[in-house]
Amino acid sequence: MIIRRTMKIALMGVSLAMFAASAASAKTLVYCSEGSPEGFDSALYTSGTTFDAASKPVYNRLVEFKRGTTEVVPGLAESWEVSEDGLEYTFNLRKGVKFHSVDGFAPTRDFNADDVIYSFGRQLDENHAWNSYTPGASWEYFNGMSMPDLIKEIVKVDDHTVKFVLTRPEAPMLANLAMDFASVMSAEYADQLEADGKMEMMNQVPVGTGPFQFVGYQKDAVIRYQAFADYWDGKQPIDNLIFAITTDASVRLQKLKAGECHVAPYPAPADVSDIKADANLNLMEQEGLNVGYMAYNTQVAPFDNVKVRKALNMAINKQAILDAVFQGAGQAAKNPIPPTMWSYNKAVEDDAFDPEAAKKMLEEAGVTDLKMKIWAMPVQRPYNPNARRMAEVIQADFAKVGVEVEIVSYEWGEYLKRSKEKDREGAVLLGWTGDNGDPDNFLAVLLGCDGVGGSNRAQWCHQPFEDLIQKAKTISDKDERTKLYEEAQVVFKEQAPWATIAHSVVFMPMSTKVSGYVMDPLGGHRFDGVDIAE
Amino acid sequence: MFRFLIGRLALLVPTFLGVTIVAFGFIRLLPGDPVLLLAGERGITEERYNQLMEQFGFSRPIWEQYFDYLVGLLQGDLGISIVTKKPVVTEFFTLFPATAELALCAIILAVAIGIPAGILAAVKRGSFFDQTIMGTALIGYSMPIFWWGLLLIILFSGILQWTPVSGRISLMFYFPQPTGFMLIDSLLSGQKGAFTSAVRHLILPAIVLATIPLAVIARQTRSAMLEVLGEDYVRTARAKGLTPFRVVGMHALRNALIPVITTIGLQVGVLLAGAILTETIFSWPGIGKWMVDSIARRDYPVVQGGLLMIAAIVMVVNLTVDLLYGLVNPRIRHN
Repeated sequence: MIIRRTMKIALMGVSLAMFAASAASAKTLVYCSEGSPEGFDSALYTSGTTFDAASKPVYNRLVEFKRGTTEVVPGLAESWEVSEDGLEYTFNLRKGVKFHSVDGFAPTRDFNADDVIYSFGRQLDENHAWNSYTPGASWEYFNGMSMPDLIKEIVKVDDHTVKFVLTRPEAPMLANLAMDFASVMSAEYADQLEADGKMEMMNQVPVGTGPFQFVGYQKDAVIRYQAFADYWDGKQPIDNLIFAITTDASVRLQKLKAGECHVAPYPAPADVSDIKADANLNLMEQEGLNVGYMAYNTQVAPFDNVKVRKALNMAINKQAILDAVFQGAGQAAKNPIPPTMWSYNKAVEDDAFDPEAAKKMLEEAGVTDLKMKIWAMPVQRPYNPNARRMAEVIQADFAKVGVEVEIVSYEWGEYLKRSKEKDREGAVLLGWTGDNGDPDNFLAVLLGCDGVGGSNRAQWCHQPFEDLIQKAKTISDKDERTKLYEEAQVVFKEQAPWATIAHSVVFMPMSTKVSGYVMDPLGGHRFDGVDIAE
Repeated sequence: MFRFLIGRLALLVPTFLGVTIVAFGFIRLLPGDPVLLLAGERGITEERYNQLMEQFGFSRPIWEQYFDYLVGLLQGDLGISIVTKKPVVTEFFTLFPATAELALCAIILAVAIGIPAGILAAVKRGSFFDQTIMGTALIGYSMPIFWWGLLLIILFSGILQWTPVSGRISLMFYFPQPTGFMLIDSLLSGQKGAFTSAVRHLILPAIVLATIPLAVIARQTRSAMLEVLGEDYVRTARAKGLTPFRVVGMHALRNALIPVITTIGLQVGVLLAGAILTETIFSWPGIGKWMVDSIARRDYPVVQGGLLMIAAIVMVVNLTVDLLYGLVNPRIRHN
């Protein structure tokens, strides 16, 4: 016991010394992250902050999103074949891929099919030894993406080939496998932890094949990584990556200005002009892969009438919302998917802002003296930075067409729960940020019939729309899918289950010394390929 | 004194039990639950929701959950964080040294400046000096901590660049932290410049956290001193021809310190509350920030465990203060 402890301290000392020595002479990039990771096993969590700290630097997936896009490219799988019926995905695994070494673990073999089987098996099989390795392991993303229903089995064909057998064709399957929950872990590391009775370490000291290897985490303060010298895609330009956890946006900016960090996400909207004016800082911006919307309850009168919904949409002054709520960092939304997503239908025309016409249309629908509720979220989200303010602007707009609005709000958990109820009163402000860049991830989740009583807050089940998105889900040809989704957006606009409000613009301030950083449309923060001038 | 100590310790038991009820009930009274927050916008099916509630043990009757919590508590088990999946006790003791170090420095600063300032203000009652000190104390007392912290960062770290913006030590230093107290660990590390860096990082957060206690202590010292300075025995001491220093330092201060010590003891609670904001502004990895995050995520075990630990610390400090009375003033020695 004492020998083991001494060895552990010695090993830690060596790694600290290595890090310190390399830190002194090496290129170190400091990222002022906005929060602490919940853990380092990405499959257990759903937050972007955790993915930034765990899956993005440390792990790889079978397939990856190409930097700066939602295009799926080879990752740990060099290539793949999809069977004609769309039910079998066979992945040919990359050879010679090394796992990281950490204190107490040195891999004895390269990555192979066992690691894939382990990484998915523990999420899929409730009887797997690792299914409940930590209290409350719920594999929320895996379940949320309906993987248990979708994956029939995962077969190891040989050491370098695995086959996913599905229960139904699922076009977004590849994009799903590029998501953070699908990170590939080391089965050998798992075996060692299990034998040592230290399974919880899987969530504390990660071992992956990714561009950076984990060095240490001081809770709520600093996470340290080193570039992985044996990374299969080549060593990174920087030597060390440090996450300095800084929760306050104003403090992050001060640290960036003082040179204490090189990249600092999520600036306060009020600071954007200040950052633009600073010659030492570079401000990148990109339209976020998100949509902020107001969902009517289409099953409750008078919102079951398309005319009423259309009229109310015409009464909303989106420009006023962009000015007041997004402070210019947003663009008006006309479709339920963002313009950066493939299959976005540019030809769709938005409802014109016309209070007079709206008033007339309401009269035609026989609706007078309408009183309704608008639900304002109690939290800030990229797709809605200030829901209360947004509700107030809409309240004022609706008053002009004779509709009296009462704004209501609940604690966030309650809000999410109550807003799902089928007989819910009024219209709900909410939004969505894409998970995998596939239109199905917006259209089916938020507007599909399966989502009624759940994530479909409009409680809208419209068969022509449903047929289109279900058909698109089973086809692997992207052009064909694009046509179906474009058509679905036309149907959506005609039926108006939501008032589409805005897509936000995401800003990313960084030092001018930083080069090679590419903004991720999915909202993540990746540092592979990033360099810093000394 | 011994009987007094036993009496106070016995009183701690029902107080502590009361705290467990408050800590346990408080977080559950808030609307929402951890499972709903875990699912977020994505939502969760009724079946999955029930499954997870059962897995976390939240679907059982509340009294059963409380009883289990008490049993765990007696065994030193505060439960496991729903979010990080780590034992609450481990998390607390990982973060507590950071808060303790900051609070300790802040209280030393507050006492070291507050008491002399209060004494001087009392001795020079009505003077310009008195009015300046008391005016400044009033401003300090009313200062919104968040605004004050940011103001200091912008001035001293941004414009003047005298101090670092946030954190506990420069990121270039990396060494084991056996005690968790950065000042000590940086000295033990033997790395050149580490201690200086730790001190520089401590200056602004300690000033911000010390501001309110400093103001309170200065005002309390002044009023206690004024009261004592008007007493007969002080007049007698002066009539005897003692130097003003001996009159104030030996005769007046010792008696005036009794209410001041009470005030300092009570400031521990204020410091822990203030630490929540100070730690957020200065990215200080302590228990204040940990608690706020956990409340937002409805991490029941962390909130109830953390509250309990904080309450225990406040109780122990108050007990210590009570015992200190006797040492400061023989008239209150408890026989």
